[in-house]
Amino acid sequence: MSAQEVQRSVLRVEGLARRKAVNRTMELLAWVSALIAVAILGIVVYSVARRGLPALNLDLLTKDPIPFSLTNQPQGLRNAFVGTLVIVSLATLMALPFGILVAIYLNEFAPASIRNVVTMVLDILNGVPAIVIGIFVFGLFVVGHGQSGWAGSFALACLMLPLVARSTMEVLALVPNSLREASLGLGVARWRTTLSIVLPQTIGGILTGTVLAVARVAGETAPLLFVSSFVGTKTSWNPLHALQSIPVAIFELSESPDPADHARAWAAAFVLLMFILFASLGARWLATRSRRKIMGR
Amino acid sequence: MSTTIEPTVRVETRRQPMPPRERLEQIFDIQDLDAIYSGKPAVKGVTMEVYKNLVTAIIGPSGCGKSTYIRCLNRMNDLITGFTQTGTIRYHGQDICGSDVDAVAVRRNIGMVFQRPNPFPKSIHDNVAWGMKVLGIRDDINARVERALTQAALWDEVKDRLKASALSLSGGQQQRLCIARAIAVEPDVVLMDEPASALDPIATQAIEELMHNLKSEYTFVIVTHNMQQAARVADMTAFFSISHGGEGQRWGELVEYDATEKIFTAPSDKRTEDYVTGRFG
Repeated sequence: MSAQEVQRSVLRVEGLARRKAVNRTMELLAWVSALIAVAILGIVVYSVARRGLPALNLDLLTKDPIPFSLTNQPQGLRNAFVGTLVIVSLATLMALPFGILVAIYLNEFAPASIRNVVTMVLDILNGVPAIVIGIFVFGLFVVGHGQSGWAGSFALACLMLPLVARSTMEVLALVPNSLREASLGLGVARWRTTLSIVLPQTIGGILTGTVLAVARVAGETAPLLFVSSFVGTKTSWNPLHALQSIPVAIFELSESPDPADHARAWAAAFVLLMFILFASLGARWLATRSRRKIMGR
Repeated sequence: MSTTIEPTVRVETRRQPMPPRERLEQIFDIQDLDAIYSGKPAVKGVTMEVYKNLVTAIIGPSGCGKSTYIRCLNRMNDLITGFTQTGTIRYHGQDICGSDVDAVAVRRNIGMVFQRPNPFPKSIHDNVAWGMKVLGIRDDINARVERALTQAALWDEVKDRLKASALSLSGGQQQRLCIARAIAVEPDVVLMDEPASALDPIATQAIEELMHNLKSEYTFVIVTHNMQQAARVADMTAFFSISHGGEGQRWGELVEYDATEKIFTAPSDKRTEDYVTGRFG
């Protein structure tokens, strides 16, 4: 028996060819699925860019829309951009402090039983459809009072709260317990330990979660249709009135008979998409940086 | 081939002879302490006293509850969910276990140095100064920082780079920084939970020396699984061992507590003798 034959007989395994084939097929399926996921984003970005880029110009950001315009006067969606800026900023101001406090309570102070329950509630809240939040805020604030920008902010804040709280919890959990013990072992109170030792470690992570939450709600349409959509064409910064927003403007323009409106809707969609893409990328970058900082590398 | 067993531990003689125990001032009076994690006892029935201005070592095999026990002394276990304890710990005669006792105040008086160096991600100076500032010591911060770092035998190595991050120090330096941080706030007792377990022999020696030099000002309780270390630094030594009960239960208990010389040269319990001579199974 030659050396090669010995080796072959030693390594012979029952049904090896079939196993190899199954292995290769599964690997291929997984690879194709991953490719499709990437392709979907690519196709969306490409198609939005192809239709949106031709109508993208400075007027889009700096001019108000002119309804039923029969002339070729330059017009844009300034009111929608300003409205989204105001609504999302206010929503962030509402959701951020609450979200951080919820996370601090759950991670630093709450007993395990409460933490589990509230974490689950946050996850459920995160899964509540945006339109349900919209109806809720509509019933709470809009009925009898009329639409307003801040009602829209409140609706978006409800959507942001679980996102901010959960991402803050995640970074708080990354802070090593030995740091808390070091501070408590000195005889420093817990609130002071949390504020001065734990929180500074997590700022990067909190920022990341906030950016992701902003990117997520900036594109929300459903709740704003209920609570902040009956708007004029003038730019307004006043959240006490209903404010136009980018997603609602896209929705309305898409129903217009005028092809120029469609082009503007695509352009606005492109701007929104780019904002979300870059915000997400920036958030990823911040997240890796802050994680590295917490781990001390 | 010789079959005699060489004693593995030699007790150094530079230690001054201890006064009789009745004449020592008690800092801790621990009575029948049980420490329980989620229903499972970790330590049972510990009764001992800790004396002022001495170094008291807690030795014993892994899993005998040394760390759990020392963390009871400054309520550090409060942070662990499911932890309960029974029995009493009196500190200068005052019970510190009750829920009406402020754990923060307890820890303010009874500081702690942990097994792994855990400096704050701040500068060397701020690591020592932060605790003082937060706890209301505001005068002569720089002088106090220098004093604490000198006491911890670190000053000469870091005096030119006090602004540098504490994380840039070596492990041994970080641990001495943690000791400086603990003594800078002027506690009464410093608890040390295996402070040298992650350190090389030179850093270990530095820490042992600083304990020896500082015990006139502080009271040290040190957990160590290094018997030589206990023999070198401690005046009193407590030996903990593992007891087994039915249904696979196991817990730590105090076997013997006496002057270090006695524990290492003439232990009265067989288990202590087996452990200190290296015959522990």
